Amino acid sequence: MKERFATGFDPFVLPFLVGMIFVLGYCLYGIFRILFQLPRQDRRKFLLSLITPSTAIKNIWDIFANCLLHIKLWKRNKMLGFMHSSIAFGWFMIILLGHIEVMVYCPERVRLLYYPIFFNYFVAENESTIGGAVLFFLMDFFLLLILTGIALAMVKRVRSRIFGMRRTTRPSALDRVGLYSLWAIFPLRLLAESFTAHISGGSFLTIPANWVFRQFLGNDLNMLPTWWAYSIALGVFMVVLPFTRYMHIPAEMMLIPMRNAGLKIRHPRRGFAKVEVLSCPGCGVCIDACPMSVQKKNIKDCTVYLNRQIRRGNEKRIEEISDKCLLCGKCEAVCQVGVEGPKLRIAQRSARRYGITPDFSGMDVSGMTASAKGSKVLYFAGCMTKLTPSIGKAVCSLLDKAGVDYTWMDREEGLCCGRPLMTAGRIDAALGLVKKNEEIILGSGADTLVLSCPICYKIFSERYSLPGVRVVNYADYFSELVEQGRLNVSKSDICYVYHDPCELGRGCGIYESPRRLIGQAAGIAEAPACREESICCGGSLGSLTLDFSQREAMTRKALDNLYASRADAVATACPLCLATFSRYSERPVRDLAQVLDASAERVEVK
Amino acid sequence: MVDFGFGLSKSSAVRLDQVDLSLYRKLEVLEPGVRTCMSCGSCSATCTAGPWSGMSVRKVILNLQRGKDVSAMMQNCMLCGKCSMVCPRGINTRHLILSLCRIYGERK
Repeated sequence: MKERFATGFDPFVLPFLVGMIFVLGYCLYGIFRILFQLPRQDRRKFLLSLITPSTAIKNIWDIFANCLLHIKLWKRNKMLGFMHSSIAFGWFMIILLGHIEVMVYCPERVRLLYYPIFFNYFVAENESTIGGAVLFFLMDFFLLLILTGIALAMVKRVRSRIFGMRRTTRPSALDRVGLYSLWAIFPLRLLAESFTAHISGGSFLTIPANWVFRQFLGNDLNMLPTWWAYSIALGVFMVVLPFTRYMHIPAEMMLIPMRNAGLKIRHPRRGFAKVEVLSCPGCGVCIDACPMSVQKKNIKDCTVYLNRQIRRGNEKRIEEISDKCLLCGKCEAVCQVGVEGPKLRIAQRSARRYGITPDFSGMDVSGMTASAKGSKVLYFAGCMTKLTPSIGKAVCSLLDKAGVDYTWMDREEGLCCGRPLMTAGRIDAALGLVKKNEEIILGSGADTLVLSCPICYKIFSERYSLPGVRVVNYADYFSELVEQGRLNVSKSDICYVYHDPCELGRGCGIYESPRRLIGQAAGIAEAPACREESICCGGSLGSLTLDFSQREAMTRKALDNLYASRADAVATACPLCLATFSRYSERPVRDLAQVLDASAERVEVK
Repeated sequence: MVDFGFGLSKSSAVRLDQVDLSLYRKLEVLEPGVRTCMSCGSCSATCTAGPWSGMSVRKVILNLQRGKDVSAMMQNCMLCGKCSMVCPRGINTRHLILSLCRIYGERK
């Protein structure tokens, strides 16, 4: 190996160098800014987690698996997984191998940022030595891998359906600059290395290309423009990177350790929320997932556009987008990066100023507490169940059949659980209600609280502190009763398709027990989109601005998905889903409790 | 309207040409659905807060249309959304209430 230039410098490295220094400086500034924005205890928690060996190892593995190999994306879509991992992992390997080359052959140059990138221009190495042959082969191999990925990316831009995406994001003008410069980088690298391959050495890709080029471009001076072009493409990409969706590359490396440290969104725009917004790669997977996107006018209200508008600081659109969302959580479930769309929206809503704030602190709940007393098991039906009394009736009938001594806590009058206020971003008011409900429940002397509404269940399991009281969803509770033999369930010949309510499935992670119960009481079928991918019924209280006329199309889409299973009837486990589906469904819609009650019999005590 | 001037309670006569309808007008802009209310009272009948606080969206709208203050009643709303589900006119009552809370904030 010998170096071709004693100075180890050529002006063509300047565009790259400018871009590199700019992007490094920007990211360094960004890291300190975000650390500064975190609340003190969060910052402590984050910094401590970085030096805790277990989380540190998890961080490194997660970054390697998600940012480079894109394992999560592979599991979801093989084509997209291959495309992204070939570009990300290939690029990483080229940078790594470039550094290895410099460290092996000219360690004194390793301080120069540009040397590993333009190594082939500055040195003359013969691929006949074993070290050169192996390194050059690997370089060409990974370059080929990246070029395959880039080719796939170009195809995807034209025909996204091949990759299983019905719609993708519309890139902004700067995104396009970033995109085209990214596409240009690797073909230009191939061109540049090929022009130099007879001097610097090469492998299976660059040497044959070199032969071809030298047939008609024999002069060695031709190589310099290609190296200039390669350097300019890199420079442009890195200068626009902070202002495009490609910011997700550095941001995700920050998001993963922060998430592993257990940080949460505390401010609508700053700190953790900011990292989440910057980590959005703008892939647009959330567009197809969003139940609202059934109507074309709502497409620009998906999480990917929320992130874009937050980055732009467009307050009007941020408000529109965050108020419209149903908070079903599907975008979060399908997001490869883990941007918490619903939580981000609730944070935006909570930043709003209101002239009237509900205040429940002075409320007298002694009457409600008195009527909740009497038994060890409390049943809280929730507001929505008042509009679907069949659920309450079925739950009571089942509890009677199982011989449970219970009290219906809010049969006459009760309070809201607080979840609707929480989703509207009125956190303090919601916590006021939580306090009052805690007072009633703890005052009643019960030790089990059964909930039939998943909306209530979510806030009860997350925000309530009820020492000595077991909070349980009715699906789990009835499963236990059946297992203990206190409920005798026989199988009917109706076939139900189970709809996972957003709050119960994605919200609380309960997927199995409702299915098991329906399977015991009747036949069960699965819809094409189910469990984490279940489609919101459209009735969600999460949305503040959607009115009924706008929700109908969403409900029909969710029903079509359920009908595809060819079941006779629809079963769900949420009063709101039941009410919404019943409005438009052509097939009978039943709640889990009704399905169970129809085929449950009283167990006679011997 | 003639005010006869006797009686212990203050006259509750509403003079529609004199009352301050600015709140209602602002609300109309943010939630146009409020115009379609026909005061059927379905919202009041289902209201979770109704039994213990007397909260009623119907009354809120009527009082606004008469230029009266509604802030005391609004403090009891828990946004549970039952009123919007039963409304025969399909008014998004939750948005109506949130918008109203907001307008009150802007007045100060």
